[in-house]
Amino acid sequence: MPDLEDLYREIILDHYRNPRNRGELDTPPATRAEGFNPLCGDEVIIYVQVADGVIEDIKFGGQGCSISQASSSMMSAAVKGRSVEELQQLNHAFRSMMSIEPDPDDPASTNGNSADVKLGDLEALKGVVKFPVRIKCATLSWHTLTQAIEEAQATS
Amino acid sequence: MALDPGTIRDDFPIMCRQVHGRRLVYLDSAATSHKPRPVIDAVTDYYERFNSNVHRGSYQLAVEATEALEEARRKVANFIGASRDSEIIFAKNATEAINLVARTWGRANLGPGDPVVITELEHHANIVPWHMLTAELGIELRWIPIRSDGHLDLTDLDRLLDGARLLSVAAVSNVLGTINPIRQLADAAHEAGALMMVDASQYTPHLPTDVAEMGADFVAFTGHKMCGPTGIGVLWAKSELLEEMPPFLGGGEMILNVTKEGFSTAAVPWKFEAGTPPIAEAVGLGAAVDYLSGLGMEQVREHEVALTGYALRTLNQRYGDDITIHGPTEPAERGGVLSFEYKGIHPHDVAQVLDRSGVCVRAGHHCAKTLMRVLGCSATSRASMYVYNDESDVDALADALADADVFFIE
Ligand SMILES: Cc1ncc(COP(=O)(O)O)c(C=O)c1O
Repeated sequence: MPDLEDLYREIILDHYRNPRNRGELDTPPATRAEGFNPLCGDEVIIYVQVADGVIEDIKFGGQGCSISQASSSMMSAAVKGRSVEELQQLNHAFRSMMSIEPDPDDPASTNGNSADVKLGDLEALKGVVKFPVRIKCATLSWHTLTQAIEEAQATS
Repeated sequence: MALDPGTIRDDFPIMCRQVHGRRLVYLDSAATSHKPRPVIDAVTDYYERFNSNVHRGSYQLAVEATEALEEARRKVANFIGASRDSEIIFAKNATEAINLVARTWGRANLGPGDPVVITELEHHANIVPWHMLTAELGIELRWIPIRSDGHLDLTDLDRLLDGARLLSVAAVSNVLGTINPIRQLADAAHEAGALMMVDASQYTPHLPTDVAEMGADFVAFTGHKMCGPTGIGVLWAKSELLEEMPPFLGGGEMILNVTKEGFSTAAVPWKFEAGTPPIAEAVGLGAAVDYLSGLGMEQVREHEVALTGYALRTLNQRYGDDITIHGPTEPAERGGVLSFEYKGIHPHDVAQVLDRSGVCVRAGHHCAKTLMRVLGCSATSRASMYVYNDESDVDALADALADADVFFIE
């Protein structure tokens, strides 16, 4: 069995215990999206404020396990202040790290060259791949952010 | 005589296996039970010796297969005190059995505004079919609330049942373990002119079942939680109802005659069993009820009451305020299902840590999201016990729980 230490890395537990960007934003100007993991009941709510193609602010809420909460926190820290284009590259790189095949219907997953993208702290979530049932916990926040961004682009 | 889980374990081949180098401590029988050797053998034997399609051939194998299927029906009927074998309808699982009632009896008898009453502790299998009828027919879905002690709050029962057509209730909650007062509810439903359906998925595997004593009109349960194979469930219903109900799925087996203009239906129970039935699975379920009858359902229940009591005491004594076990505190009022929260650590993480010690518990909403909302959480960890569990399994759970602190408690 893979070591639990690979899953519960210190940096992940730190984000879990001291989440960054937990909270809400006013909608509008922000947009909001909810994501569910129907298997385990994890819920993530993402608020994102986009202006001129840049993620100016992001907050998250909801309930879930250490992996889903830490992933939301780490994601929010990683994307805040970045352009939507950079986010798409990051999203793609993150999904490849999670061993998820690109989705041909989702331009975000096939655009861009993930090889040059620096995942930074997000690399810590790599160990999740060894625990396949937990991959969905780690990717839920990214799915939800994609939805919130689509919403933002549709309304702007 | 009391059950001896040590000997019983020898009947279950899977109990020999190890998980991550540790003994298997299986505490997820509310999700599915393991299968004893006689059940596995019955399924194998069916395929090896008399596999053929039923109700169709006149050759020896087909006769034997048909006889085996009908013999299984007889065994199940005896096991739950049905007055006729033809009251046993084989379905895929409990979910299909409940949907069968909603789709046939429900569609034929319910219309806009007709109240169907369920409870806040139902499994999604006894919620969603009624939501579907709300969307389709405009029925009104009413909910019996639960109290903080895990029992149903029956204060408003009369009002909730006023004008109701059906009351459908889980006999035992798959999350809280609560044993509901089925007889009392059935009497109240009948008094109000409603029919009574019982979701016995967590009852039939663990307590002696007598459908007449329950006072029910419909009872649904599922084979894989009671030592039987997957892919087989049961709907029991009173003959008068089955006669009146329109068929469920259409196809072979369920017809008497088919012409270009239409069809006529076969007799009950085959009217509700379109297509080739799960023959091997039914034979396996027959062997499962034989196995359980051999242990004695009174003994099964006694064993679970004692073990549940031990588990409640052990976990509460060891962890005190650090553990919250939901549901009734009296073992006599509950089944061997313990949903708990430990030190605020998310159930997913608890289950992950326990897995390392070979301890299998379920984490999540247990297909009961409405109940989770009432409990004010999105998930719980759930340990559930059966005939092969003993105190050493509870001790293993209690020991392994402390490992979660390493990661999650600073
Ligand atoms: C109370 C209850 N009802 C219904 C079901 C559904 O059983 P199945 O999935 O076998 O149809 C379950 C099992 O998960 C249950 O616990």
